[in-house]
Amino acid sequence: MVSWANLLSQTFNGLVIGALLALISSGLTIIYGTLGVLNLAHGAMFMVGGYAGVVAFQHTGSFLVAIAAGASFVLVLGIVMERLIIRYFYSRPDEDQILVTFGLGIVYVEIVRFLFGSLAQSMPPPSWAAGITSLGFMIYPTYRLVVVAIIAVALLALYVVLYRTRLGMIVRAGIEDSIMVDSLGINVMRVFMIVFGIGAMAAGFAGIVNVPIAPITPDIGESILVEAFVVVVIGGVGSFPGAVLGGLIAGEILSLTSMIDPSYSQVMLFAVMTLVLVLRPRGLLGTLGRT
Amino acid sequence: MKPRRKGVRSLLPETATVLGLLVAPFILPPIGFAPDTMNRVLVMGLFGVGFDLLFGYAGLLSFGQSAFFGTGGFVAAYVLTRLGLPSVILGLVIGTVAAAITGYLVGLIALRRTGIYFAMITVAIAEVFFFMENSPLSGFTGGENGLPGVPSPTFYFGFATIHATSGWSMYGFLAVLYCAGIIIGRRIVASPVGRIMLAIRENPLRAAAVGHNVHRYKLLAFVIAATYAGLAGGLLGVMQGYMPPDAFAFDTSGQLIMQTVIGGLQTLYGPLVGAAVWLYLRDTLQSGLGLGASWKLALGVIFVLLVCFLKRGIIGGIRDLYGLFHASRKKPEPRILGEAGSSAPQSPSAAAPPLPSRKVNGYAGPILQTKNLSKRYGGLLANSEIDFAVAAGELRGIIGPNGAGKTTFFKMLTCEIHPSSGTILFEGRDITGLEITEVCQLGLTKSYQVNQLFTRLTARENIMISALAEKRGSFRLDFLRNTSTIPGIDELVEHNLQLVELAGRADVPVSELAYGEKRRLEIGLALATSPNLLLLDEPLAGMSPHERSETVKLLKSIGRGRTMIIIDHDMDALFELVDRITVLQEGRILVEGTPAEIKGNVAVQEAYLGGVLE
Repeated sequence: MVSWANLLSQTFNGLVIGALLALISSGLTIIYGTLGVLNLAHGAMFMVGGYAGVVAFQHTGSFLVAIAAGASFVLVLGIVMERLIIRYFYSRPDEDQILVTFGLGIVYVEIVRFLFGSLAQSMPPPSWAAGITSLGFMIYPTYRLVVVAIIAVALLALYVVLYRTRLGMIVRAGIEDSIMVDSLGINVMRVFMIVFGIGAMAAGFAGIVNVPIAPITPDIGESILVEAFVVVVIGGVGSFPGAVLGGLIAGEILSLTSMIDPSYSQVMLFAVMTLVLVLRPRGLLGTLGRT
Repeated sequence: MKPRRKGVRSLLPETATVLGLLVAPFILPPIGFAPDTMNRVLVMGLFGVGFDLLFGYAGLLSFGQSAFFGTGGFVAAYVLTRLGLPSVILGLVIGTVAAAITGYLVGLIALRRTGIYFAMITVAIAEVFFFMENSPLSGFTGGENGLPGVPSPTFYFGFATIHATSGWSMYGFLAVLYCAGIIIGRRIVASPVGRIMLAIRENPLRAAAVGHNVHRYKLLAFVIAATYAGLAGGLLGVMQGYMPPDAFAFDTSGQLIMQTVIGGLQTLYGPLVGAAVWLYLRDTLQSGLGLGASWKLALGVIFVLLVCFLKRGIIGGIRDLYGLFHASRKKPEPRILGEAGSSAPQSPSAAAPPLPSRKVNGYAGPILQTKNLSKRYGGLLANSEIDFAVAAGELRGIIGPNGAGKTTFFKMLTCEIHPSSGTILFEGRDITGLEITEVCQLGLTKSYQVNQLFTRLTARENIMISALAEKRGSFRLDFLRNTSTIPGIDELVEHNLQLVELAGRADVPVSELAYGEKRRLEIGLALATSPNLLLLDEPLAGMSPHERSETVKLLKSIGRGRTMIIIDHDMDALFELVDRITVLQEGRILVEGTPAEIKGNVAVQEAYLGGVLE
């Protein structure tokens, strides 16, 4: 029943899903770590990125323009959302922040549904990445390999921004102690706005990259959000490396267990999350700081 | 005469509920409510009573209520259809119990974390249930088809048989259950458990510190909410004659949350109002105005606006308006009274006799003793090998420069943090490693350096939280009992309000109290647990000279017949108050002695008082 070829290709599928989840969850975790806000509209950001990209593709026919449009649209959306609404919730309880982002997520979904209807939208992979590639030991859809590469680059870029730039240093210091950073004369509010934009963009970018693999509907963000939660809980809330590791683990769990019985793959994912919660409540790479 | 009037008055909402449910079928249909819509509003309203208790009162925002709604619904539908159970009521009971048990098990996992973790975990758990229903358990649940053919209840009265199928007969059945749900919900709110839930929402740390087992109360709230959800889920199937799989969907939890917030949190009726608005808008926008799916967009926008600007929802908004109207006529009077009460706080304390201390079972040694107590934070030794003893009845002061480890020492004594090494004996019993709640129940508690109050409650309600822990222990399942029927509870609250001279300000919310009053309430919270040993962490911190001298007087009167340890920087006050003083420096005991000895001690003067005066 379980053949080696099947196992290999499922491992690769897991890598693709895992890479996507890693990028999405990184955005979620950076926002939470820096701003202390759990963004329940994050799944909607993924969806909006996909739609913005598809619209750009329909007008230009260019894959690269679609990617750029999807990502930058969500970046701007994130920045506007932070500036107009989220900013006024930093001093309010966690529950209010959760409720308002939850509500905004629904508003985004319903706006998209209003504009595009509930039918799935899709976009073909670019011609240079269409077809299949022979890896020597197996053949595999080229575009999926490209996705892993693109996301690896995106994660690397996030890493560079977070760990090798002034902004990143402020962000990481802000995760430790935002009041202290503020009192050092750094404009924390502007940093927060940029971080929210970047975090949202990570989801939007993943959203458009994913469209050639799986068609997009207004509701797609919901399950993505839940999986990102699981990833973040497994990896450790607020931890960028944790989100990447958690994403890859979650991708492989989803993919490998579906080989045995697809109907159990989601359940297995949550079982692993529960296990992590019981054995290591802070998550694999989480710190004890924020709870 | 008086208590009876009070009793009638407190039954007013129940009476109004009954009347409202009786009148609704006559006034709502003409404005566009179909009977089936009203039935659905009742089911969601009942579902929401439990959720409001969980989120509005206990402060636990769960996104996973669909799991219990679905569990209750499918278990009831399964036993009624596939197993052919003849009694619909029994089927509903089985479903409800199944949901409650599920709630208990899920709560054990989800309540391991708080705040955003809790929200995320409940989302994830609800998704598990959705997937379980859809595939692995589809043999039982019908998968994507759900369970059709759920029977509706029949009631045999001596003279007639009523079959509650759909429309108004079903409305009657649901209205009775909703009414029962509201009555029970209101009893829970008025019970000790309801009050403690509010306290946990306000300040879980302090709720634990005054002796409540916070975790178990949260679990109880979670199970109560799951029970309501399970019953509502079962009713959904019975009402429709069909159990739909989307009961388990995340969207169900989302709707519940939005309806509750739209209607108004902490009102119990909020979900009913929210569901009515929700379904009314859906029906009118969708079919009436032909706007299709945009009704949900409209609701989403309404929801976001409410969260941003009118946090208390529709009912809260109406109450605020009503309050505004009332305040314009009524307010001046209590204001003056309140100010008079606060400006002359000295009078009542003399009237309050010292509390009977707890019985110490024949133990005669020092009430508190530490041996070799050390606390290490990484490379920093906050407390080092402290040997310390206090005799029963003693008033002890602890002084020391900032960073000497005084607060760390107190935190270890109350088991808020655990020592790296060493032991703590309280009344001869080893309490090292116990939890803060257990230690408080044993009779050792402290007042905090920085106020830890239940901010949105009144002074009286604050003291009540401590008194409940003293009278009921750390956990009790009396969620249907009226708080004021606990023998001696009102006396205990009143006594402590007088002790800290807040009797005249008892019904003022904490947020409106003056700083000095808050400090006294802080001490009152600790006092009302009737401790055998009371620790006071800088009770005079931040006070004006006048407030200081008042508080020193107060502490003197409290200290009579009690054992207390007081940390403070105000030497003159301490020298006046206490029998003996311990000086801490750099985590060690520098010296110990009577105030006179300490004043004359050269080492103390050098270390702490800034050198010897010539």
